[in-house]
Amino acid sequence: MANKTNVAGEVALGVPPGMPQLDLGTFDNQIFWLLITLVVIYLVLSRVALPRIAAILAERHGTITNDVAAAEELKARAESAAAVHEKALVDARAEAQRIAAETKKVIQAELETAIAKADIKIAARTAESEKIIVDIRAGSMDAVTEVAKDTAKEIVKMMGGKADARSIKLAVSAEMKGSAR
Amino acid sequence: MANEEQNSDGLEFHPMDQFIVKPLFGEIGDPVHIYTVTNVTLWLAITVLAVIGLLVMTTTKRSVIPSRGQAVAEMAYGFVYKMVEDVTGKDGVKYFPYIMTLFVFILCANFLGLIPMAFTTTSHIAVTAVMGFGVFFAVTILGFLKNGSSFLSLFWVSSAPLALRPILAIIELISYFVRPVSHSIRLAGNMMAGHAVLKVFAGFAQVSGGMALLIVPVSILGVVAVYALEVLVSFIQAYVFTILTCVYLKDALHPHH
Repeated sequence: MANKTNVAGEVALGVPPGMPQLDLGTFDNQIFWLLITLVVIYLVLSRVALPRIAAILAERHGTITNDVAAAEELKARAESAAAVHEKALVDARAEAQRIAAETKKVIQAELETAIAKADIKIAARTAESEKIIVDIRAGSMDAVTEVAKDTAKEIVKMMGGKADARSIKLAVSAEMKGSAR
Repeated sequence: MANEEQNSDGLEFHPMDQFIVKPLFGEIGDPVHIYTVTNVTLWLAITVLAVIGLLVMTTTKRSVIPSRGQAVAEMAYGFVYKMVEDVTGKDGVKYFPYIMTLFVFILCANFLGLIPMAFTTTSHIAVTAVMGFGVFFAVTILGFLKNGSSFLSLFWVSSAPLALRPILAIIELISYFVRPVSHSIRLAGNMMAGHAVLKVFAGFAQVSGGMALLIVPVSILGVVAVYALEVLVSFIQAYVFTILTCVYLKDALHPHH
């Protein structure tokens, strides 16, 4: 077995059995290469990797900050626009109410004048009508008196009497006074 | 330990073989010089490529709305950045590239080590100790540079009763010097132990013979379970190493209790 002979060979050449970690003969080699490695890694990190990552993180931070600021500004603008809109709405509503009230007042006034005019007209018509009624009533009284006179004269003539116009008139007017009033 | 067990079933345990440092070119057993290109070199190079792939290739488009890869890179960045900022404060942020280097290196090395046949660089105490002691010395020097001698007040617990303070100072001092040891051994130990256990289960999975029907499924399940655990450990250890580095850095910048 190759492995076994290798190990045997190493033992023969002075690698102590046990932990290879304690083989002082390889320390200088390990330390030499380790120091080179650490220096290379340090140079790579400090010259290239770390500044680059720091720049990326800073840029992202800046981008996020800018975006947040822009979003806040837009939000503020939207809010002011909403406020303006709201104010316009309120103004329009107030204007509408004012116009409605004014119109109502005008209409009310017109209505009142119209009612007053109509009342006057109605009163005039009523007075006229009453006058006519009074006339008609007076006219009818005369007519009734006339008819009564005529009727009384005829009745008296039929009964064979003879009545003079004056006495009939007196009798009719006396009768009318007594029954109508 | 490497060749201790071999029986007629072909049962072989070489759980530590995976950690052997060997030259990439040439014969096994060739001398390993300081500049020799070894499997450590290979996997460290792959780690560098993984880091570049994770953080550089994904972010070439620099899109404001990230792709998946870019989101991962940004998440890694944000994760470590926030950790540094939270633990050390604002004045620790300028050390962020160093801490990020440690984090991505350990993270990528740990995860690359989980690929079958891979070599886990962070399982070697030589590697983690360099980082652990590196952090220790850097933080200590930084502490004295920033605070002068008042950095020593880190060990003088002024909130404790006066009689206790010298004793506490000794304890604090000892714990301070143990830090790099625990810092590095914690990482290497976790990575090594997990990989060794994986290898042991894998060794059981290749037995043949009478008990094979029982042992093989159990050990394969064991491999799966330990592997899942290791995925978790790989991340957690990278995280622990990083956050402890931040804590030590905080002590250096603000030593007063």
